[in-house]
Amino acid sequence: MSCDDKVDCGRRRLLVATAAAGGVAGVAVAVPFVTSMLPSERAKAAGAPVEVDISTLGPGQMTTVEWRGKPVWVINRTKEQLESLKKIGDKLADPKSEKNMQPEYAKNETRSIKPEILVAVGLCTHLGCSPTEKFKTGAESGIEADWPGGFFCPCHGSTFDLAGRVYKGKPAPDNLEIPPHMYLGDARIVIGEDKKA
Amino acid sequence: MSKMTAVLQGTLNWVDERFPLTSFWKDHLVGYYAPKNFNFWYLFGSLAMLVLGIQFVTGILLTMHFKPDASLNASGVPVSFASVEYIMRDVPWGWLIRYMHSTGASFFFAAVYLHIFRGMLYGSYRKPRELIWVFGMLIFFLLMAEAFFGYLLPWGQMSFWGAQVIVNLFSTIPLIGEDLSLWLRGDYVVGDATLNRFFAFHVIAVPLVLLGLVVAHLIALHQVGSNNPDGIEIKKNKDANGIPLDGIPFHPYYTVKDIVGVVVFLMVFSVIIFFMPEFGGYFLEYNNFFPADPMVTPAHIAPVWYFTPYYSILRAVTYPLFGIDAKFWGVMAMGAATMVIALLPWLDRSPVKSIRYRGPLYKGFLAAFIASFLILGYLGTMGQTPVRTIVAQICSMIYFAFFLLMPIYSSLDKCQPEPDRVTSK
Amino acid sequence: MKKFLAAILFAPLLTFAAGIELHLDRAPDKSNDMAALQNGAKIFVNYCLNCHSASYMRYNRLRDIGLSDTQVKENLLFTAEKVGEPMKIAMQRADAKIWFGVPPPDLTIIARARASQSGSGADWLYTYLRGFYRDENRPTGWNNVVFENVGMPHVFWELQGDQVMGADHTLKLVKPGKLKPQEFDAMAGDLVAYLKYMGEPVAEFRKRLGVIVLIFLAVTFVFAYALKREYWKDIH
Repeated sequence: MSCDDKVDCGRRRLLVATAAAGGVAGVAVAVPFVTSMLPSERAKAAGAPVEVDISTLGPGQMTTVEWRGKPVWVINRTKEQLESLKKIGDKLADPKSEKNMQPEYAKNETRSIKPEILVAVGLCTHLGCSPTEKFKTGAESGIEADWPGGFFCPCHGSTFDLAGRVYKGKPAPDNLEIPPHMYLGDARIVIGEDKKA
Repeated sequence: MSKMTAVLQGTLNWVDERFPLTSFWKDHLVGYYAPKNFNFWYLFGSLAMLVLGIQFVTGILLTMHFKPDASLNASGVPVSFASVEYIMRDVPWGWLIRYMHSTGASFFFAAVYLHIFRGMLYGSYRKPRELIWVFGMLIFFLLMAEAFFGYLLPWGQMSFWGAQVIVNLFSTIPLIGEDLSLWLRGDYVVGDATLNRFFAFHVIAVPLVLLGLVVAHLIALHQVGSNNPDGIEIKKNKDANGIPLDGIPFHPYYTVKDIVGVVVFLMVFSVIIFFMPEFGGYFLEYNNFFPADPMVTPAHIAPVWYFTPYYSILRAVTYPLFGIDAKFWGVMAMGAATMVIALLPWLDRSPVKSIRYRGPLYKGFLAAFIASFLILGYLGTMGQTPVRTIVAQICSMIYFAFFLLMPIYSSLDKCQPEPDRVTSK
Repeated sequence: MKKFLAAILFAPLLTFAAGIELHLDRAPDKSNDMAALQNGAKIFVNYCLNCHSASYMRYNRLRDIGLSDTQVKENLLFTAEKVGEPMKIAMQRADAKIWFGVPPPDLTIIARARASQSGSGADWLYTYLRGFYRDENRPTGWNNVVFENVGMPHVFWELQGDQVMGADHTLKLVKPGKLKPQEFDAMAGDLVAYLKYMGEPVAEFRKRLGVIVLIFLAVTFVFAYALKREYWKDIH
């Protein structure tokens, strides 16, 4: 646009400069306002590891502990249950746990450090509901006739096996998250911390 | 004139010199000419305003006693949950105010859904009323946000898991999703920070914008005048004084008519509040009488009835596309399903506005749309089975087809001629 | 058009059968039976209020079911000093969690929370309280027909006796208790009536007030309708 009789260029320059300064002020204020809604220091600090004693956890039993406000399951799987994990690979979306949903040391067939003990975050990877345990096998589970035991999410019907691996064709895209964890002796597990940390 | 009247007149003059009271009264009530053939469907606008008023008053009173706090009290119950029971038991008439507010939420949606349907029946979104429609749809979106924020506050099981699911919907957006949902929650899980900010949104931020939009909706309406069941412009036929021949002053005619509607409405409202405040678990969900437990999701989880059609559409999308998860497309479909309604003014190519003069094509599509909307709503309250998923997928297609095919079928349709003057059927 | 609307409204109801049915026995309605409610309150305070709190329920609220402050103080006030206090318990939640696995839930509004499409919360509680059976696989030795793997033992076993689950999924009384089955059912009915009352103490008043409000609105409707007719008679 050129300067002519109709446009007062001096005025326009000042208008642009003032508007720009106003815009900068607006953004400068928006940043702290918007950022104030991020997790506070208190929320960030509240993530201490938790310890679980599994000495009384019999085969086929499960216990739930709270870690960072989330349910974490500890399951002592029976031999039959472990056997069943090998047979259903073709029904699963990510049978070999290739997606990064577990620490390196749990990237194996049972998704665990000790084969029988599974430690998993009990939140569905779809929209974060906590799946219900369906350990009964077959039709009695109410899921399907050849159900080998696992978990069923009440919100949108995703199903997981006893290693927390998601079945194909379900809304949940990923296997259940395996949190960082390590053993302190035989029967004590620390969740939220591993040797590397 | 008596002395008394003279004093009143004087006071009014004094005010009018400083504030446009009389002219406002004239422009928007006694001098606002509305078509004389409004039928039953035209009540729902006023009723929605009435519910808005009820929600404001009862909401302010509830705020005096409610505490947004997720921490556990000495009995191991979240403070927020306990404060709702405190209102229900210890606050004088608290139960009535709370039931009015919880029932009001459902009635707000009922009124707004019927109000939107009226607009679709009679083409109230057509030129020159596009902006009224757009403001109206913004009100509808904000109302959904308002209801969602408010639903978390009692901190029951359904509150908690509903918020968990909806906030996680945002995490499906590629790249920014995770950070966005973290920012919305203010914590790594739905917690006290989330509860407090939802309270702020529910009691001040959203109502403020809502009120502004309602004013804009009405200003736009009074700028162009009301549509009517015949879908013709009453401003085309005016008398010597410039008054529409088919128009009558809003006040007193429609005020007295609306009062009848209000009384009938209050009777229905009272039946719910006094005899069935839970309305079979649809207005107050049973599982919400359990305090929030972040460790356990209830076995049967469904949103409140007014969200269920959209929730069904969300669940109906089960296929990934372009390498992005199905859940992202589900969220997109749900968002699109609400937004697409706002585009109606530009999708409809029919020469007539009202259903009365439309042809069989439009009537068929509208009927299929309403049927699919109701079936989706019903499915949203139920658990998922393979058959239900397929039905939901078909209904979602019909839902979108109604809008997206409208430019074609509305222009092909065989319409009847519109009359010159309004009719009374 | 109207027929058509009706058809699309009811179509969904016909298309889909109901969800999972949980069979519940119907609880007797004793909402206005003061003697039953008072008996229920007594049972509640004696049997339930050791482990379960009712932390939103104040003792003196029992005036609704005809119990004066003095009666409450003399017969029911075990866990508090004053009648204005809520029904709390001495047990610590942390201890309870160790003893029972989960802390026993607060029971104030349990009758509202346990409602479902299968029946009212009272129906659920009535079935639950009478539905304990022997199960040696459980740490407590008890299981329940509507609450699988329940953490609570059968508190009333001396009264009801021992039931076992038959092969046909029905319960059989194998060892009678101190009460006859009808007496035990009546007692469970009283307790459930009390729990239902406690869930919403204002419920009966609410319904009575509702009738008055509706009558008032009906009269208002007549006036409002006449007013509308009066104004609209000059519109043609």
